[in-house]
Amino acid sequence: MTPTAPAVIAPINPLKRRGWLFWPAMAVLALMAAMIIFLIIAFLLGEGVPLIAQGGIFRFFSDEGWWPLEASFNLAPMLLASLYLTIGALVVATPLSLAIALVTTFKAPAGLARLLRNVVELSAAVPTVVYGLWGVTSIVPILNMWSPPGASLMAGILVVALMIIPTITVLTQSALQTVPRAYTQGAAALGVSSSQTLLRVVIPSASQGIFSAMVLGAARAIGETMVVLMVCGNIVQVPTSLFDPVRALTANIALEMPYAMGDHRASLFVAGLVMLLLVSALVALGEWAGMRQRRMRA
Amino acid sequence: MAIKTTSVWLVGAGVLIALLLAGCNPATDQAQAESRTSRISIVGSSTLSALLSEMGKAYEQVNPGVRIDVQSGGSSRGIMDVRAGTALLGMVSRELKPDERNLHNILIARDGIGMIVNEKNPVTGLSNEQVFGIYTGQITNWKDVGGDDLAITVVSKAEGRSTLEVFSDYFGVSYREIRAHVIIGDNQQGIQTVGGSAAAIGYVSIGSAEYEAEQGAEIRLISLEGQLPSTESVASGGYPISRELNLVYKEPLTEQARDFLTFARSREAAELVSRLYMIPVTP
Repeated sequence: MTPTAPAVIAPINPLKRRGWLFWPAMAVLALMAAMIIFLIIAFLLGEGVPLIAQGGIFRFFSDEGWWPLEASFNLAPMLLASLYLTIGALVVATPLSLAIALVTTFKAPAGLARLLRNVVELSAAVPTVVYGLWGVTSIVPILNMWSPPGASLMAGILVVALMIIPTITVLTQSALQTVPRAYTQGAAALGVSSSQTLLRVVIPSASQGIFSAMVLGAARAIGETMVVLMVCGNIVQVPTSLFDPVRALTANIALEMPYAMGDHRASLFVAGLVMLLLVSALVALGEWAGMRQRRMRA
Repeated sequence: MAIKTTSVWLVGAGVLIALLLAGCNPATDQAQAESRTSRISIVGSSTLSALLSEMGKAYEQVNPGVRIDVQSGGSSRGIMDVRAGTALLGMVSRELKPDERNLHNILIARDGIGMIVNEKNPVTGLSNEQVFGIYTGQITNWKDVGGDDLAITVVSKAEGRSTLEVFSDYFGVSYREIRAHVIIGDNQQGIQTVGGSAAAIGYVSIGSAEYEAEQGAEIRLISLEGQLPSTESVASGGYPISRELNLVYKEPLTEQARDFLTFARSREAAELVSRLYMIPVTP
């Protein structure tokens, strides 16, 4: 602030300064956005804690099964199904995403690379229910020919993997682009082949970014509701094979919430809390791995 | 540059006051609010939602300025929402239970529940024991009931749905005993699942099945104990699994809603009921 500035811009009273509203308004908006997550947690707790207080927390893993109208609320099969779906989707999606990212960043000519990037970003914009519809009409009948009933863990893994490929690809692309050129140039100068450069130099260097891409993809996969509702068969059981129908925790909430009453409704809120815990654990894992990476670098 | 905390508190307080004032709306009951804007919200069974949508459209044409909103979610949801006041009318595709008798209801149609199989399935009929065997997992292959050598894919409804309740009451099989391969939410999902899989069997409302089959769904109704499910056989009483289709409501009801209920039992509405392959209630 120059000493020759007119008094109206920098008066003694802060409320008379021009543009004084800006930062306080931003701060309030930021706080409101942060408050929302706390309000959601408070709401879930408010609806779900009465049931937890009634029967204890272990009943949700040791009851006979999921028979909500008979007060039996075993979440374990559905929790396992959600976890299997997420891990399976990651296993399928990560190599594909890595391949797309490597090709568009290092090999493809500029035009093709741009086209591939746009196609990937477009598929991220497709609503998930459309993926579900496609899964039900195309993937499930094909799987049905192989092993009935078709609607199964496998169908869920395939469609969810397809859904998270754009997420992982885009983040992997930006991670690969942050690798210093000096690394690739140094490797070329030493006569290292391009496959070895990528595998031994570039990917390890970008590994933190790739890992956070996977964590974000996993968070998206675990929260997916419509797709798993439509293609997984919705049977509450611990799957013994990839072709067994399963019910994910999210799909269960969507299936039963419209007509759940009383304790049944409260149990669905407890399921919501479990989902929240899972995703928080996932994000914390991502943070921890990132921190470890940074410490190792430094 | 540090943000002055006093400024933040000031703005925050201003926003909160504005929100509180906006939220101070005396009409929190949906029914009250709707009576002012002429909107009738109807929630409940997916079986009835197709019928009520048609009725709503016909009613809106004759009464401009009224909007009928139909939402499905299951018969239990219909009861719940009417009790809570978030919906004016509830669609319930079964008889009311004793603890639901404090709500008023009118019967607007009758319907039956039929077993459906894929079009490609050669089986044309099953007996009660066979259906019981299939749904409890004792019969697992179509060849045991006269079909091809294919493992049966059993499709059932989610717990709490009234179609399931009627089914399990009739066949004497409880929800726990049902060994299904796919569980679906509403009639349309069931029809889609059976239409997409040659070895599937499911149960849906006869009205929905006939209507969707006419629209091109690859399903076929099969006879039960020799009785082919159709609107005629349900109306004559020949087909065993029939159920009431009710509209429930809470008193007091607005004039508009009462008018709509009268319309729902009129000759015009009866025609719509027949067109959707359900049985009209003779006025």
